[in-house]
Amino acid sequence: MKVVIMGCGRVGGRLAGLLDIEGHKVAILDLDDYSFRRLPPEFGGTALVGNGTDEDALKKAGIEKADAFIALTQGDNRNIMACQIAKHIFNVPRVLCRTYDPLRRELFGSLGIETFSPTTIFAQMIKEQLLKEKPEAEKKAK
Amino acid sequence: MYIIIIGGGQVGYFLAKALLDEGHELLVLEKDAARTAFICNELGSVCVRGDGCEMATLEEAGAGRADMFVAVTGEDEDNLVSCQAAKHKFNVRRTVARVNNPNNETIFRKMGIDVAISSTSIILENIEEEVPTHPITHLLDIQEQGLEIVEVKIPPHSTTIGKTVKELPLPTGNTLSLVIRGQQKPFVPDEDTVLEAEDQIVAITTPESEEALGTALRGS
Repeated sequence: MKVVIMGCGRVGGRLAGLLDIEGHKVAILDLDDYSFRRLPPEFGGTALVGNGTDEDALKKAGIEKADAFIALTQGDNRNIMACQIAKHIFNVPRVLCRTYDPLRRELFGSLGIETFSPTTIFAQMIKEQLLKEKPEAEKKAK
Repeated sequence: MYIIIIGGGQVGYFLAKALLDEGHELLVLEKDAARTAFICNELGSVCVRGDGCEMATLEEAGAGRADMFVAVTGEDEDNLVSCQAAKHKFNVRRTVARVNNPNNETIFRKMGIDVAISSTSIILENIEEEVPTHPITHLLDIQEQGLEIVEVKIPPHSTTIGKTVKELPLPTGNTLSLVIRGQQKPFVPDEDTVLEAEDQIVAITTPESEEALGTALRGS
């Protein structure tokens, strides 16, 4: 699968590495080339300095032939806009978007963008972890 | 009319001032505290500090009863998202956005923003028109119908001088609406109007056919 990732932060860099190891063709974009230090040393994909809301930068990253586009920058709006460009201008079949704000996630989810809100997911996960019964072994150790 | 403006920079501030003079009710949402205070000092309490992309802020601002929503921040992504929220969450009838990167005009239109204004394109066009050899001057875009009003000047040695309008290979759907000739009173051309050198012709065209219109009127 050909995947374009926008934003080489902790999540973007790690995801790029994971997909690359499995043999997918990955191109990752970031505004700052210093961010590419987060890519694993054996990363075999393409790392490009560029703005993912700019059509020319996306074309350079191979968006026209991509099977998937994933937006993982710190800015919700930037992610949403880039995903809409990928979906509606370049007709990328699969578009995933990180949106910290749950309300924005809801709105753009209803407008056809596949969105994740780490805020909602982590809050839920942490709550479940906290309220879960501790494993028997741990109880005895106390 | 109740109008909400997102972004209290230069554009937002002067727009608010102009709309207040016209007697509209309005609210400016601005992220920066100092800028908010400045606008309230100058224009009265029409500016509230807040993020125009936050649903809660928009709700408090009364987006549900706004007649018009204008996003003029310096960031295209913020303008796009706040206009989409206004349109789809609060059903605001008319949304207008400033587009900073001219490449983004397409995505704004595709996403249903009613009017997308690219300040960069406007400045470029204005400067281009000052170049004497520029063939077509854009006067007005009618975005909803995909039409534009342009002015074409007939050059002194054009091959079309002396021809009548019906002899010109005008692209279909194009209309010549006015001829401005020297000191004469401008007149509406008909199919027998004969072109003269230095005529300025105001025409209605489309972005796709404007080049063909230019060639038809100015010759090759």
